[in-house]
Amino acid sequence: MSVIYILLAISIIVAVGFFIAFILAVKSGQFDDSYTPSVRMLFEDEIIKEKSNKSILTKKD
Amino acid sequence: MEHTLCFHCGLDATSANITFDNKPFCCNGCKTVYEIFSVNDLTCYYDLQEAPGATPKEVAGKYNFLENTKIVEQLLEFNSDDTQIVNLYIPHIHCSSCIWILENLNKLHTAVSGSIVNFGKKTVRITYNTQKTTLKELVILLSSIGYEPYISLEDYSVGKKKTDRSLIYKLGVAGFAFGNVMFLSFPEYFEVGEFWLEKYKHLFRWLMFAYSLPVVFFSAQDYFISAYKGLRSKILNIDVPIALGTAVLFIRSSIEIMLDTGSGFFDSLTGLIFFLLVGKFFQQKTYSFLSFERDYKSYFPIGITKLSAEGNEESIQVYDIKKGDRLLIRNEELIPVDCILIKGKARIDYSFVTGESKAVSKQSGDKLFAGGKQMDGNIEVDVLKSVEQSYLTQLWSNDVFQKDKESSFTTLTNRISKNFTITILLIALIATGYWLLNDSSKAINVFTAVLIIACPCAIALSAPFTFGNILRILGRNKFYLKNASVIEQLAKINTIIFDKTGTITSNKGASISYDGEVLSSSEEALLRSTLRGSNHPLSRSLYELLNDNDILTLDRYQEYIGKGIEAQFNNEHIRIGSAPFVGYELETGTLNTTVHVSTNNRYKGKFTFYNAYRKGLSQLFNILKKDYDLVILSGDNEGERENLTKLLPPKTKLLFNQKPEDKLEYIEYHQSEGANVLMIGDGLNDAGALAQSNVGIAISENVNVFSPACDAILDASKFNELASYLKISKSAIKIIKWSFVLSFIYNIIGLYFAVTGQLAPVVAAILMPLSSISIVVFTTICTNIIGRRLKHNKSDFGR
Repeated sequence: MSVIYILLAISIIVAVGFFIAFILAVKSGQFDDSYTPSVRMLFEDEIIKEKSNKSILTKKD
Repeated sequence: MEHTLCFHCGLDATSANITFDNKPFCCNGCKTVYEIFSVNDLTCYYDLQEAPGATPKEVAGKYNFLENTKIVEQLLEFNSDDTQIVNLYIPHIHCSSCIWILENLNKLHTAVSGSIVNFGKKTVRITYNTQKTTLKELVILLSSIGYEPYISLEDYSVGKKKTDRSLIYKLGVAGFAFGNVMFLSFPEYFEVGEFWLEKYKHLFRWLMFAYSLPVVFFSAQDYFISAYKGLRSKILNIDVPIALGTAVLFIRSSIEIMLDTGSGFFDSLTGLIFFLLVGKFFQQKTYSFLSFERDYKSYFPIGITKLSAEGNEESIQVYDIKKGDRLLIRNEELIPVDCILIKGKARIDYSFVTGESKAVSKQSGDKLFAGGKQMDGNIEVDVLKSVEQSYLTQLWSNDVFQKDKESSFTTLTNRISKNFTITILLIALIATGYWLLNDSSKAINVFTAVLIIACPCAIALSAPFTFGNILRILGRNKFYLKNASVIEQLAKINTIIFDKTGTITSNKGASISYDGEVLSSSEEALLRSTLRGSNHPLSRSLYELLNDNDILTLDRYQEYIGKGIEAQFNNEHIRIGSAPFVGYELETGTLNTTVHVSTNNRYKGKFTFYNAYRKGLSQLFNILKKDYDLVILSGDNEGERENLTKLLPPKTKLLFNQKPEDKLEYIEYHQSEGANVLMIGDGLNDAGALAQSNVGIAISENVNVFSPACDAILDASKFNELASYLKISKSAIKIIKWSFVLSFIYNIIGLYFAVTGQLAPVVAAILMPLSSISIVVFTTICTNIIGRRLKHNKSDFGR
């Protein structure tokens, strides 16, 4: 029945793994802004438009 | 006439008659932005949201200070050989189109390698290549597409500021441990006494112990620190029983598993801390895009143009300005120091300082005060005092700005907690005494059980959840509070003090009355056509008022700064302006602003400008007068006294000619008499009074624009709702009191188990979450009912 030690070890490793993922996520600033990403994810589709003109125009001459 | 709206910014484009790509535009600025976007395939911008843009402003020379590397370095978040990262605050960010265009900046300029928008904070973080562009060019690029960043003295060296994420870490740790401990303690809830369970229960218990260590020593540390601080200053705050409960839970559980007498209460312990932190997190979320701590720094520019003796322009840092320097103030720039006007036409808008929107004209040799904004071309000035010594900034050296309002205020929870803690300790001692006499083996168990079950989780949760929810409801109704304790303070207010200009009067549209000879229609047409050419604010408001007439092309037009306008059309001749200018000698000495008119050298009459009071003002005052003392403190002269006495209930006190320090002292005096003062103001001249009062509300026409340091910001359109907001704060206190009653009932049930010595871990594990969750549900439902009532009232108002 020592299989329970293996199971416990696995469960702890999995749990700690997720915990580390959480810490890293907080550290990278994922929780600082909870609104913008929800809008950003909807953009993808609209950007595919073919880029016809390569010239970069910053100011009207 | 058919109305067309600008495709870019949504303003009226009927009269401008500019079309491009079959789309109407209100001005060339908007058209240019559209051209930039269409050339770079960024017209998606207009698909996401209709007319999302802003008209770009003329910025020539405004950002010259960004050539100064010393200033630039202070603004940057990251700086290496060829990469720089900057975080810019852009007030115009307001919709999904804004996010989209700003995150596609790399299509507009190859030097930009990435840009990330934080919508809540209205900032964009841009990474760019310094070989290809500079910060100045980047800022000008943003301005040219209508997203002008706001760079103020406050940003100076802010680039290195760290965000505090400790609460999220603590919450995460507690949640993680809570879940795992629950999992491990589950088998023991059923107490089956099964062989395998018996064999492995020690392992399970020690694992729970290990999980609870970080919870007690990391997640819960704030409660221990706060309790210790409270005890040291002899205050029994709510954190004392929480810390006591947590410590007793941990110690008793550890001893139990060490001596193998039971399974401990690790599940309740971790759950308790987790719920408490959730409450804290809920309350902490506020409005990141609003700043309540503003002082003059957020109004002031970082850099300013200094003129050397040879006439060369040089950008210097505002703090480096010395007495005797010659400065160049550009159009729309803020004057950072007290100075004397040397050259140029000065029209200064002091609305930042006084809330008064009318610009004042100044002659060469006049003194200009810091905080004014130049509205009409460039001027040159000589510096009289450095930034710290200027009149406006000196206000901030007053002690009120150092005081922390929150800490000097005992919250309702803490007041209850004092009696609560004493009662619990008494019960624990009495119960222990009883068991010592009857069955001494149980005494220590009972003592710890009472402290564990009485841990005021539900009490500690009711205030954060109620206030957090009220905060959100008020925020939806455009009343933004700095934090939850403001609600409690609001409920205790008994005196309300209003500033006049900009607070109870509206900046938009003064009411204007004409007395004198009636103007003929041709005269009126001439008057309107003349006013059309002038940019003076009085001319603009008068122009808006007059009826539509044919626009005449004037033969002659001349504007005399500080005096008036003269114009001619065919044989008609008109003069508009001050009394001496139009040749009217019999000035009656009125205190109100007047504009006189004469045609063909004959005096016609005068337009008098009265303050336009906000809608529903007298109605609001009549509701408020029942419960509050009302005072109006105005920095202006007595010109409006008669008008105000007619409008407001007779009990209202009216005080005029109040300087900023007078306002502060007035509030201080009344507070010493026991009044709880609510101050409502808008300009920086009210900043001292707002800080001194128990609650300071800044009223703002546009919450994204700047308001002085305060406890709350109220959108001007909701001014007449003030009475109902005050009522809500009182209902919030009532809800909290009821939830206290509810949690006392839970405590009594729990205490029954504890005192009789039969507190099993499973009872604690059920009772604690149950009481916490039911309190949260109760307060959430109650506050939502209040919120709905508020909306209901509003629809009645509209009818």
